[in-house]
Amino acid sequence: MSEENKKINPNSAAPEEEEQYSLNDDRRVKVLSPGAMVVKRFLRNRIAVVGLVILAFMFAFSFIGGLITPYREDQQFYRVDIQNKEYAGAVKNVDFRFATAPGQKFDSVIQAKIVLATQQNKDSIEFRNVTYHVIREGEDFYRVDLDDGTTIGIAYKDIVTSSVEGQKLSYEFQYEALKAYTNGESEFTAEGQSYTIDEEGGVLKGDEDIAFISRYVVQAILPDIFLSRAFQEELVAELEAGADKFVFTDVDGVEHEYIIEYKADVKNWKIRQGTETRVYDTYAQPSREHWLGTDRNGMDMLTRLMYGGRVSLVIGFIVEAISTLLGIIMGGLAGYFGKWVDNLIMRIVDIFYCIPSMPIIIILGAAMDALNVDPTLRMVYLMLILGFLSWPGMARLIRGQILSLREQEFMTATEACGISVSRRIFKHLVPNVIPQIIVSVTMGVGATIITEASLSFLGLGVKFPFASWGNIINDVNNTFVLQHFWFIWIPAGTLLLLTVLAFNLVGDGLRDAFDPKMKR
Amino acid sequence: MRKYIIKRLFLSVIIFFFVMLIIYTLMRCLPTSYIENVARAKSQQPGSKSYEEWMAQLTAMYNMDKGILGGYFYWLGDFFRGNFGDSWFYTIPVIDEFNKTVWLSFWMGLITMFFELIIAIPLGIIAATKQYTKTDYTISVLAIAFISLPTFFFIALLKLVFSVKLGWFDLFGLVGRYYEQLTPWGQFLDKAHHLVLPIVTLVVISIGGLMRYTRTNMLEVLNADYIRTARAKGLSEKKVIYHHAFRNTLIPLVTIVGGSLPGLFSGALFTETMFSIPGIGYASYHAMVAGDIPFSMFYLAFLAILTLLGNLIADILYAVVDPRVRIA
Repeated sequence: MSEENKKINPNSAAPEEEEQYSLNDDRRVKVLSPGAMVVKRFLRNRIAVVGLVILAFMFAFSFIGGLITPYREDQQFYRVDIQNKEYAGAVKNVDFRFATAPGQKFDSVIQAKIVLATQQNKDSIEFRNVTYHVIREGEDFYRVDLDDGTTIGIAYKDIVTSSVEGQKLSYEFQYEALKAYTNGESEFTAEGQSYTIDEEGGVLKGDEDIAFISRYVVQAILPDIFLSRAFQEELVAELEAGADKFVFTDVDGVEHEYIIEYKADVKNWKIRQGTETRVYDTYAQPSREHWLGTDRNGMDMLTRLMYGGRVSLVIGFIVEAISTLLGIIMGGLAGYFGKWVDNLIMRIVDIFYCIPSMPIIIILGAAMDALNVDPTLRMVYLMLILGFLSWPGMARLIRGQILSLREQEFMTATEACGISVSRRIFKHLVPNVIPQIIVSVTMGVGATIITEASLSFLGLGVKFPFASWGNIINDVNNTFVLQHFWFIWIPAGTLLLLTVLAFNLVGDGLRDAFDPKMKR
Repeated sequence: MRKYIIKRLFLSVIIFFFVMLIIYTLMRCLPTSYIENVARAKSQQPGSKSYEEWMAQLTAMYNMDKGILGGYFYWLGDFFRGNFGDSWFYTIPVIDEFNKTVWLSFWMGLITMFFELIIAIPLGIIAATKQYTKTDYTISVLAIAFISLPTFFFIALLKLVFSVKLGWFDLFGLVGRYYEQLTPWGQFLDKAHHLVLPIVTLVVISIGGLMRYTRTNMLEVLNADYIRTARAKGLSEKKVIYHHAFRNTLIPLVTIVGGSLPGLFSGALFTETMFSIPGIGYASYHAMVAGDIPFSMFYLAFLAILTLLGNLIADILYAVVDPRVRIA
């Protein structure tokens, strides 16, 4: 009631300054234009205003937010992850190994027979009329000679490994070194050089580290990695101690941690090295850098939501623009001309009304998937298809309105004035239908946004790298995401719900505001 | 009346013809690698014909060699003779797959409609009779919120709350793990248990529209002169609303409910797919995505017929229920 009082007596606030109007003076009454009346009625509808505020927020969020956010739409983030990669393998040697003397033949059959001979403590074997003498040179170390005294090879269990990268150890060196090592001697000569052996089995030439002897074989997994003697010795010590982890500081002073695994079935050890690897920061929890975490591609969720809102809103408006334009033209023509034009256009409308649009769009989407249509082009097609399938509703609405308006006096007046037909339709009839058009478009945008989101949700609408609220929620199909990562799908769904709700509320409010019969 | 029905029926047939022509043209323009794939697979079987021969046979079989209009007439002929072909995706006759799935969808639809009616209509009437009160605003906003609810988001929320957090229902499927061991009654209960969430979803997303429709129509009736007369002659408010007003609101309601009866068979594509309920919506979604043209064509034709039938029923009911439109 107070509102009405104000309307009737708008100048009561400052009556002294202005002259008193007589009671029947028109100026006493503030006259509102129809537009202002609509605005006033609309603003009085609190729910609709809430809808308008939500919409304003969504537009700001999508269009301004995208400019403010420090990240790009498809910027991917990384995090450093420790991954344990296989680094080396170690095995304790329990079988004989063989080395062939230069220029001799020492085939595997004889090698096998020699293993037997050592087990049975025989000192010679015969094979194909040749006698091989097995001479024990030291502990688990044998030499194989022919009758004439030539050595064809050696059998050993301790292994001589080079300490220097790329250095080849000669047969004679191996032989002499093993002979000295297995007999507990600390010196030997090979190829005219003299060497010393220390307690750990290291072979030195003067002070220079040449090789070392050990029961363990340690090999790097990758062929280009050379394992230093210090590493091998430390590792072997750890293996014997039964440790499952060890830390080694390499030549450059960098500490590496290694994990040791013993495989009982093959009796060997696996050494894994923890390496730092850069991986996509997927499904990161919300943090200061990423307020809503990151998605499955390691992209910032909040930024994706902003750009997704842009896509959803723009698609909603463009589709509605296409269908409204088509609807106005077709409905205007049908309503104005009537008769067979009306009949024809309305039958076309009936046909389009009857086409099951969702299945058609799904089929077309699947076909575009098969053709690998470019994502940008795909978005354009999507808008065209949606727009083209949704005009009949608008055409029906406009035709119905125009059919009744056509008979009114002002139309007779335009005819009498000789205004051209197209002007009569689009300048005089269509503007009178604008309230209905505005209401229908507002609600239509909401419905289109849902359709687009549904399609994108099925993976048949907007495609990666573009974001859309629908394809962001798509991740919820993964049950793990549904259960553990609320921040992936709840914000997008809420935004979607709020936006569509706001469009519907505003549309509803506008309908009421445009309706002159409304009581309030 | 009979003339009117015959006229409408005739019109429906013509509309159906053109709708399917558009759909058939669309389907034919799609890149159908399916026939090539089948021909290739068949030609690689031992002792089989060559790829070209299979290709020729298959294109002839699917009327792909007759041009769009010619192929369409062949398709139409087959369709009306009840020869729907074999589904490419399900590798059984289309009609078998249809029979297998459609009844589940129908029962789901029927239960949904029952709940929809008993919830939406009373709420719509309450909102209208208490216009501009808190109750009215609550119901109206709720109705708009239900209309605005994206199905897939609502389903995800339901699953999170009732399946993950509370553990009352399974996430997917129509039957549980021990379905085979159950007694027939237990099997029925198991299915019913699995259908609770899908039906809740369907009811919630469909309730809003009917609620608003009821409210709008009730308001219109309440503003009519005969209601004022009824009030003026001193009838109780209860009698005015439930005797005079509600009966007249029933006219549009019966029309719209009757018109949506054929829609019970159309299946719920999203809900069935997201809950993996093997209804017609689920079956058709997978067929459509896999490019199964015979099944898709059949399903689209089926949907078109349902839509036309719905419109026809609505129009006829309108004439039956409302004597004022019984002229044509």
